[in-house]
Amino acid sequence: MEILTEYGDQLITAFIRTIQLAGLSAVGALVLGTILAAMRVSPVWALRTVATGYVNIVRNTPLTLVVLFASFGLAQQLGVTLVDPNSPTSITDSSFRLAVLAFSTYTATFVCEALRAGVNTVPIGQSEAARSLGLGFTQGLRYIVLPQAFRAVVAPLGSIMIALIKNTTIASVIGVAEASLLMKEVIENTSALIVVGLIFALGFMCLTIPTGAVFGFLSKKLAVRT
Amino acid sequence: MKLKALIAVPALAVILAATGCGGQAGSSDAKGLTASASDGLTIGIAFDRPGISQKNPDGSFSGFDVDVAKYVATKLGVEESKITWLEAPTPQRENLIQNGQVDYVVAAYTINDARKEKVGFAGPYLTVGQSLLVRQDETAITGPESLTGGKKLCSVTGSTPAQNIKKKYAQDVQLQEYDTNSACVEALKAGAIDAMTTDDVVLAGYAAVNQGKLKVVGKPFTKDSYGIGVKKDDAEGRNKVNDAIEEMIKDGSWAKAFEKNLGASGYEMPTPPSVDRY
Amino acid sequence: MSNQPALKTLYDAPGPRGKTLNIIISALCLAGLVGGMFWVISALNAKGQLAPEKWQPFLTADMWRTYLLPGIAGTLQAAGLAVVLATALGIVLGVGRMSQIKILRYGCGAVVEFFRAMPLLILMIFCFQLFANYNLFPSTQMAMAAVVTGLTLCNGAVIAEIVRAGVHSLPRGQSEASMALGLGSGQMMRMILLPQAITAMLPPIVSQLVVALKDTALGYQITYVEAVRQGVQAGSAYSNYIPALLVVAAVMIAINFALSQLAVTAENRLRKGRKAVVKPEEVAIPQI
Repeated sequence: MEILTEYGDQLITAFIRTIQLAGLSAVGALVLGTILAAMRVSPVWALRTVATGYVNIVRNTPLTLVVLFASFGLAQQLGVTLVDPNSPTSITDSSFRLAVLAFSTYTATFVCEALRAGVNTVPIGQSEAARSLGLGFTQGLRYIVLPQAFRAVVAPLGSIMIALIKNTTIASVIGVAEASLLMKEVIENTSALIVVGLIFALGFMCLTIPTGAVFGFLSKKLAVRT
Repeated sequence: MKLKALIAVPALAVILAATGCGGQAGSSDAKGLTASASDGLTIGIAFDRPGISQKNPDGSFSGFDVDVAKYVATKLGVEESKITWLEAPTPQRENLIQNGQVDYVVAAYTINDARKEKVGFAGPYLTVGQSLLVRQDETAITGPESLTGGKKLCSVTGSTPAQNIKKKYAQDVQLQEYDTNSACVEALKAGAIDAMTTDDVVLAGYAAVNQGKLKVVGKPFTKDSYGIGVKKDDAEGRNKVNDAIEEMIKDGSWAKAFEKNLGASGYEMPTPPSVDRY
Repeated sequence: MSNQPALKTLYDAPGPRGKTLNIIISALCLAGLVGGMFWVISALNAKGQLAPEKWQPFLTADMWRTYLLPGIAGTLQAAGLAVVLATALGIVLGVGRMSQIKILRYGCGAVVEFFRAMPLLILMIFCFQLFANYNLFPSTQMAMAAVVTGLTLCNGAVIAEIVRAGVHSLPRGQSEASMALGLGSGQMMRMILLPQAITAMLPPIVSQLVVALKDTALGYQITYVEAVRQGVQAGSAYSNYIPALLVVAAVMIAINFALSQLAVTAENRLRKGRKAVVKPEEVAIPQI
């Protein structure tokens, strides 16, 4: 219990950091993933090839490496730090934003693959009907195919989001002060290992289980009935 | 490495056990240091500290700690070829000594009371203090006080030195934490941070391998000592190691080892400490 | 995987204007790609990352013998071991979760849900510290044990779900028929349901191997000798951090890509081959 009183504030700050990381990355991943999926089903050869290459490369890279590249490659070598270098909190902001970028890039590949599977579940008649109404490829995708594809893949998207929440722990390699970094510190300073482990386990379960429940509910509610 | 046995414990976890690998485990159980010296020694060192102790690309080891370890081994009557080097990561050093998996540990091992409860310390063989490493062309940073004004400081995750600076010297310093010192060095060279902090000799080691690019600045602003970790109750072994350290300082090998490994850094050689036989 | 469009029917064959438009978009896209690569390469070059002395070490035997090969071996070893153990654990938990005995069912369910909710890194840090405190493994094996334990528990929970999905997707007639033959629930599971479900479970399990391979990189944080950590050490020894990370990434991508292809091949073969009762895609659980 002393652990809670001593580290209570830090615990809350750390988990809020985790939630911010996961939330922003989720938005980024959904946007980028949708664009990638659209590219992969598009009629243009170059777009398909680029998207396929991107997915195959990023999906097969360990996330730790993606995060390290964001910090050591993108920020330090290419100078993309995503912050104003003179701001008094530039280091924390930069690490945080780079981590969000890394998680979005990585998770987007999984969103893309899930959506592509979703597009396959949409009956051919739907897109044929769209075309017979005079809608072009982009319009058909935007108004007819993708909305139905999204509804078909709510459950897998839920799993991807849960994985994303768990993956945010990797941000600690570049020093983002989220939950796992705090856990390392607490473990070094206290002897109550099991208690510390349980506290952090509980914290993550409070995030992942409701996420799973919400997506489970949505997937039932939004399922396309045929 | 060969897997010999797998034991499944179905209760909550399946735990992997007993992989029979190599033969160095338990080389000196129940025996003192002197008894085991006759059939070779296993020494715990760090593998990734240039100038202090590093595994070289050809598989050999070099650094100040390595030279100290070798000298002590020679005095214990063990030739260099009979030494087995084992990596001793920071959180495992006490365990390695207590289980007898190593005969002694020379790994930038700071002597403190909490550790003395678990292991014995021979030495100290080096006095160290926290300091700062900066780029060669840096002029604004001369010591911990000059880190004010939002300067960017790098240290290893969860390290107390960085917190020290923040509390005592520069409240508005920005901390970047990476999990290894070499990551900090890389960031320093790329210009992403302004300075990094840890023990002065460790910094001197990085300055030595990055000659002309990095330098150690300021006087050390804390004081610690590195000792050689041995078994807690092995008083006889500890005495012998102490003798060896004293002799090394006296016959000039100590200064020679410092000059050879850390001289290139331009960092001033500290005065050798006097051995503390507690 | 293939470069073919997912559905040919999402668009018509382009007319003359459409063709021109496609070519223009393709050209713009490629131009953007080339421009981006040019920018990256010139920026790296300006920072001296492409200097030959940073890359030459990769042509020496020492680099591979001392750093990269042991790292790759460590990664493969931990991942391989973890998948074998996780498959065993997953079958036990998955079958347990479908058991007739209430306590067993809820117990296994709780374990599976717990480990599905736990971040792997947190588990590894915890196991590592646990093993160190209670001295459960010799120190040379400690990091490996923590990595394998963490991977086994997390992947075991996922595989348990794969097993459950596989068994649930069998036609109902299978269990009805075996009940009619007078088989008990244990016999039914062992002799009728599992053997049929297992072929369909194979592709997702191979994909899980890819996940495990990537996740061993988390062992980086607890000093396990795996590919990423060795890459970082090599980078520190030769002062070529970025090139070392790039080489490690290339190696990992190649291995994982090959394994992913294997999973797809296995899936296709199963689909084409024997009349499997369950189609693999019905069992698939998204891998991440």
